[in-house]
Amino acid sequence: MKITRKDVEQVALLSRLELGENDVEKFTGQLNAILDYIDVLNKVDTSGVEPTAHVLPVKNVMRADEARPSLPRELALANAPEQEDGYFKVPKILEG
Amino acid sequence: MEYEVVIGLEVHTELKTASKIFCGCSTSFGAEQNTNVCPVCLGLPGVLPVLNAKVLEFAVRTGLALNCRILPFSKFDRKNYYYPDLPKNFQTSQYDLPIAVDGHLDVEVAGETKRIGITRVHMEEDAGKLVHAGTIAKADYTLVDYNRTGVPLLEIVSEPDIRSAEEAKAYLEKLKAILQYIDVSDCKMEEGSLRCDANISLRPKGETKLGTKAEIKNLNSFKAVQKGLEYEALRQAEVLDEGGRIVQETRSWDDARGQTVSLRSKEQAHDYRYFPEPDLVPMVVDSTWVEDIRRSLPELPDARQARLMKEYGLSGYDAGVITASRAMADFFDATVAAGADAKAAANWIMGELSRHLNAAGREIEECPVAPGQLAALIDLQAKGTVSGKIAKTVFEEMWASGKDAAVIVKEQGLVQISDEGEVVAIVEKVIAANPQSVADFKAGKERALGFLVGQIMKETKGRANPELVNKLLRERI
Repeated sequence: MKITRKDVEQVALLSRLELGENDVEKFTGQLNAILDYIDVLNKVDTSGVEPTAHVLPVKNVMRADEARPSLPRELALANAPEQEDGYFKVPKILEG
Repeated sequence: MEYEVVIGLEVHTELKTASKIFCGCSTSFGAEQNTNVCPVCLGLPGVLPVLNAKVLEFAVRTGLALNCRILPFSKFDRKNYYYPDLPKNFQTSQYDLPIAVDGHLDVEVAGETKRIGITRVHMEEDAGKLVHAGTIAKADYTLVDYNRTGVPLLEIVSEPDIRSAEEAKAYLEKLKAILQYIDVSDCKMEEGSLRCDANISLRPKGETKLGTKAEIKNLNSFKAVQKGLEYEALRQAEVLDEGGRIVQETRSWDDARGQTVSLRSKEQAHDYRYFPEPDLVPMVVDSTWVEDIRRSLPELPDARQARLMKEYGLSGYDAGVITASRAMADFFDATVAAGADAKAAANWIMGELSRHLNAAGREIEECPVAPGQLAALIDLQAKGTVSGKIAKTVFEEMWASGKDAAVIVKEQGLVQISDEGEVVAIVEKVIAANPQSVADFKAGKERALGFLVGQIMKETKGRANPELVNKLLRERI
């Protein structure tokens, strides 16, 4: 698989990253180099190997269903760039 | 051209746990905005979510009740997208290893039973609530309440086995009944604890390949599900008949205008870039535990309906109506257990009782007349102490005052007059006072008899035994 400029632009859009013209060029090259390396790994025979769901050999970590106190609202909103009437205030959602 | 409608439903149901899926915040509905939030559900850096054990149990319970296979190894994944109702910019959900797969439920439509496949049931977190000043399109900004963020959800996905709007409604009703029977969700559509999205496409009759589908959102009531899908099927048929092409898009049902409107076209395939959630460890479900849960499942709607038909001789329709909600079926069972005749109990519950509940906008759990009180009223009617008509009056009074039937009958002197001597005297008085009606009846006008019966009932304030009145009247004219 070869990464094209279009792929890079698409990933940048999905990640909300603004890339300059030179960046697109640079990342296209870098991402292809990474994929070339992955191709080396792809040569390993992994048939019969379960995909890794988690890197630690731990399972079933759970808590009891008990409600605990939440944050005071002033604290919850403390880092919000904008707030109004106890709500987080965000820019309009639909364009245009 | 004749088309076949193909529908698949995605239902989201909020689980009735005390705390959220990955943190200890309360799930209570209607709290002040942003008061049930903490660093975990707000997605602040450095926090560690921990799964609520009850959520896994409820998910397994639901999977079993829907005849699914429970996967012994299951995990959470991140579904990435940007929308302000998600503070983390991803939703913790399940992708390739959901907790339950390959189930089904049976619905009855037009007297026929049909099996609808269930693809999967998975656990995920709910998103926050957006408040727009005015409409979403015209608002200058949006306000966000994250109380709902992290409330546990199950997403239940059906196979595209549904062939009409009516079947879709029946599926949703059955699903709701099952979820309520197994006590995992309130299923209040008006509070959003049961939500439904639909995928719908058309194809020429006989074609096996699926057509291009539209996804319909905002189907917020059973009626909306049916009307929205009926509308969309017609819309797509018109587009196709005119030689047009269906655009794969998301549409929203506008209940007030009675139509679906385009929200956004899915120009790019879903690119949610799912990947395993590194902060949560996998779940390995032990088969002994699963079997314990299976054994603890209550009698489900289909089994209960069959039991009411077999044990009490109720019709399939009646048993279906009564078992459509667990609360109503419980009410019925309690009324019968208190000594009432089963068919009479069914008639009362489906008739007067439901009529009063609907008029008052109440659920049967809030019924002011207890099952034992209804049984006592049915008994008074069966013994002939009150007539059927008076029983309704008594019920009215029971509903308003909460008093027992016997007390009301005594207080208001509503005991049926079945003493022949007493009724004869009134019958003769009415005959003497209405010679014209008597003559009309003799001339063949059956209706004149009704008038005379009415006069007798008026004299006795409805308390005369109707059969006795009819018998005595006919003997004397």
